[in-house]
Amino acid sequence: MPEDPINASSKAVPQINLRRRLVNAAVTFAAVGAVILVLTPLVAIFGYLVYRGVGSVNWAFLTQTPKPVGEAGGGMANAIAGSAFILLLASLIGVPFGIGAGIYLAEYGRNRFGDAIRFTADVLNGVPSIVIGIVAYGIVVLTQRHFSALAGGVALSLMMIPTISRTTEEMLLLVPNSLREASYGLGISRWRTTLSITLRTATSGVITGVMLAFARVAGETAPLLFTAFGNQYWNYRIDQPTAALPLQIFTYAISPFDEWHRQAWAGALVLIVLIVVSVSAVRIAASRGMLKGAN
Amino acid sequence: MTPEPGTEIGIQVENLNAWFGKTQALQDISMNVAAKHATAIIGPSGCGKSTFVRCLNRMHETVRDARVMGRVRIGELEVYNGTPAVYVRRHVGMVFQKANPFPTMSIYDNVAAGLRLNGFSDRRKLDEIVENSLKMSVLWDEIKGDLRKKSGASLSGGQQQRLCIARALAVEPQVLLMDEPCSALDPISSGKIEDLIFQLKEHYTIVIVTHNMQQAARVAEYTGFFLLGRLIEFDKTEKIFTTPSEKRTEDYITGRFG
Amino acid sequence: MANGALRAPGMTGPKPVAGPQLAGQTSWASAIRLKDAGGQLADTVFYALVLFCALAILAVVGLVLYELVSKSQLSWHAFGFKFFLGQNWDPVNDQFGALPFIYGTVVSSLLALVLAVPLAIGVAVFTTEMSPRWLRGPLAFTTELLAAIPSVIYGLWAIFVLVPLLRQYVQPWLARYLGWTGLFEGPPYGIGMLAAGIILAIMIIPIISSITREVMTAVSQQQREGVLALGATRWEMIRMGVLRNARAGIMGGVILGLGRALGETMAVTMVIGNRPEIARSLFAPGYTMASVIANEFSEATGDLYLSALIEVGLALFLVTMVVNILAQLLVWSVTRGAPARTHA
Repeated sequence: MPEDPINASSKAVPQINLRRRLVNAAVTFAAVGAVILVLTPLVAIFGYLVYRGVGSVNWAFLTQTPKPVGEAGGGMANAIAGSAFILLLASLIGVPFGIGAGIYLAEYGRNRFGDAIRFTADVLNGVPSIVIGIVAYGIVVLTQRHFSALAGGVALSLMMIPTISRTTEEMLLLVPNSLREASYGLGISRWRTTLSITLRTATSGVITGVMLAFARVAGETAPLLFTAFGNQYWNYRIDQPTAALPLQIFTYAISPFDEWHRQAWAGALVLIVLIVVSVSAVRIAASRGMLKGAN
Repeated sequence: MTPEPGTEIGIQVENLNAWFGKTQALQDISMNVAAKHATAIIGPSGCGKSTFVRCLNRMHETVRDARVMGRVRIGELEVYNGTPAVYVRRHVGMVFQKANPFPTMSIYDNVAAGLRLNGFSDRRKLDEIVENSLKMSVLWDEIKGDLRKKSGASLSGGQQQRLCIARALAVEPQVLLMDEPCSALDPISSGKIEDLIFQLKEHYTIVIVTHNMQQAARVAEYTGFFLLGRLIEFDKTEKIFTTPSEKRTEDYITGRFG
Repeated sequence: MANGALRAPGMTGPKPVAGPQLAGQTSWASAIRLKDAGGQLADTVFYALVLFCALAILAVVGLVLYELVSKSQLSWHAFGFKFFLGQNWDPVNDQFGALPFIYGTVVSSLLALVLAVPLAIGVAVFTTEMSPRWLRGPLAFTTELLAAIPSVIYGLWAIFVLVPLLRQYVQPWLARYLGWTGLFEGPPYGIGMLAAGIILAIMIIPIISSITREVMTAVSQQQREGVLALGATRWEMIRMGVLRNARAGIMGGVILGLGRALGETMAVTMVIGNRPEIARSLFAPGYTMASVIANEFSEATGDLYLSALIEVGLALFLVTMVVNILAQLLVWSVTRGAPARTHA
């Protein structure tokens, strides 16, 4: 039978279309499914965290130190304070170095050497946190012959530096060059221009970067295991082992006691609230007015 | 041309050459700019007119790989030859193509920036200078209530440009360089800036780069025509626009190219 | 300054153009405030300071390498390359072989990739190509939140929610229907390689999907329109116009996720079972390189023991570094400049 080209194609087209449409629908369905599947653990984690945590966060939890095994009550006050202490130390080291390096990269580092620094910062950013812990152990704990808050702070600061320097660089590069020119045109020296004009204009962006780095290290546990080490009691000394919230959560989570499990959830809730609040605050601030008015 | 007897020379340029990397942007520019007059620099885009004014206060060298050779004197100040660039720029005001107030600073802080960031801290004197500069740039009456409240970036385009002029005036320069100050402005705002230039040239030596020949004719006593990095003709404005001695100038003026 | 020299400017050059004469006494020259020389010293000091900060980054990475290499010497000399092939981890008798940890790290990470990659790409495709505009922001924000949750909280959740779920429902089901593969056999503890892989997958989805999103957005609109104009369905447009052009970048995102999974410590330590054994079944407990350091480092007695742990750390560092660099290069090839030419 002679083939009729017109009829043949008119028959074939709807078939192909149907198959193609089906594939299209299936893929759309799969993508929606993926979104739901990914959102489920998120909802589950937050939901469970709130469900288990809310009942356990109380005044005692926020003001007392841990009770010995078997006794009910007690809290994580020393761990919360210890985390604050360690994070303060980390920020005192990490923020100036990070911003300084960011300034170098943005204002002086548009060359091969700057590229090398950028590359190294990215490498540092990818170093597993447990390895950072080993390094902080080697340079601080071994020299001090003590686990200490300082060692924990150093470990976390090493993790903050690359993040802060890269975001600072990005934010400074967003500042239009015309502002630098205006400043040079007034006879203002380069360092003054960088600090009082460029950095000042980029302030909100730089703060965003600092807060993100802060939020990232606030929940870090691995680098504290053998640096800050943990402590059942209050510690105000920089050269002594110090409790930290994530460490305490870890210790309690893998313990066999229900009471400690309860407290681990409470600690987790406190930690996540601190982190989410700082991340969202930063996001809102950033969307409101990063580089306000600079065009 | 015959120099007007008694007219002071504000800026003297000798054999000025400038490069961006290997590209030569200016070739052997020599000219004397009259003090307390306005001098316009015209020419098609890419002719080096912006580069020229940026060489006068050493802004040219802030660009990567940029180089300058030659001699520039502003009064008794040697612009090159060992004088620090920052020092030169403190004595030469500059207004840019696009208004660039510091967005995080109030109006007051914008005007005071040049002095403050150079270490000047006498509050009362500063208040006075800020007020005077804003009056000079005819912005005072429009914004005096919002001096410390409003950010410099909240003003309209024309106001921003006048704010930038006030900011440049606050450091008490003798020379004011303007690099196409009206090109981003509407005609009414441009008119205001032109009026301002008229008043300012009583006290300042003004060099204004413009692509607008009518503007050059309106505000400047002297006009220089640049083409491909060379100064083709420099004379009284009337002469340039009525009887230029160079064919190329005439072609440009009459719109035959550029 | 001699005024005479200025009055008769000896101009050279092709076209001396004279202006007005320079006045004998420039009346305003004296007004110039001759103060300091412009703060060049301050500029130099400032430059040195920020350069120092930048060099600190180099120094830190150098220090990381130095610490790891120098402190693992003891173990390296004792075991040589066999360290990475030995299956026996026996601190009591000072015998150390890291193969079970390497195996655990690799298997848990690969398992995580297998689970995470399709989901992450699905999420990215949905967010960039299908989602209504108003949903994009919240979706991006939610995935970002997922990335902000600390590892220890993932671990906590996994211990108390994921593991019981696996033990009671998932593992029995898998054992019944897929037990024949050998991957799902043995007692369903809940805790083990499977739990570690799942929790890692949840943790690396945000990274992979946000990078996939980024590279997909970098694909130009013209590419999409070109394919659509040929009468393609939306999926065909995504497949041919977007995914093909973003391939190298997506690969980069996947490898970056792998890097994160390899180095992840806490969540894995909490659910993998921490037993240095190599088993085929994913139900069996395992141990990873990061976990063994986390668990044993502060209790390590004896120099050789500590040195062996640091050597594990060194290996982990080198592997993640190579993986991350590879990933960076792939992502850059898409987001900077033209799409990578991975095919002719």
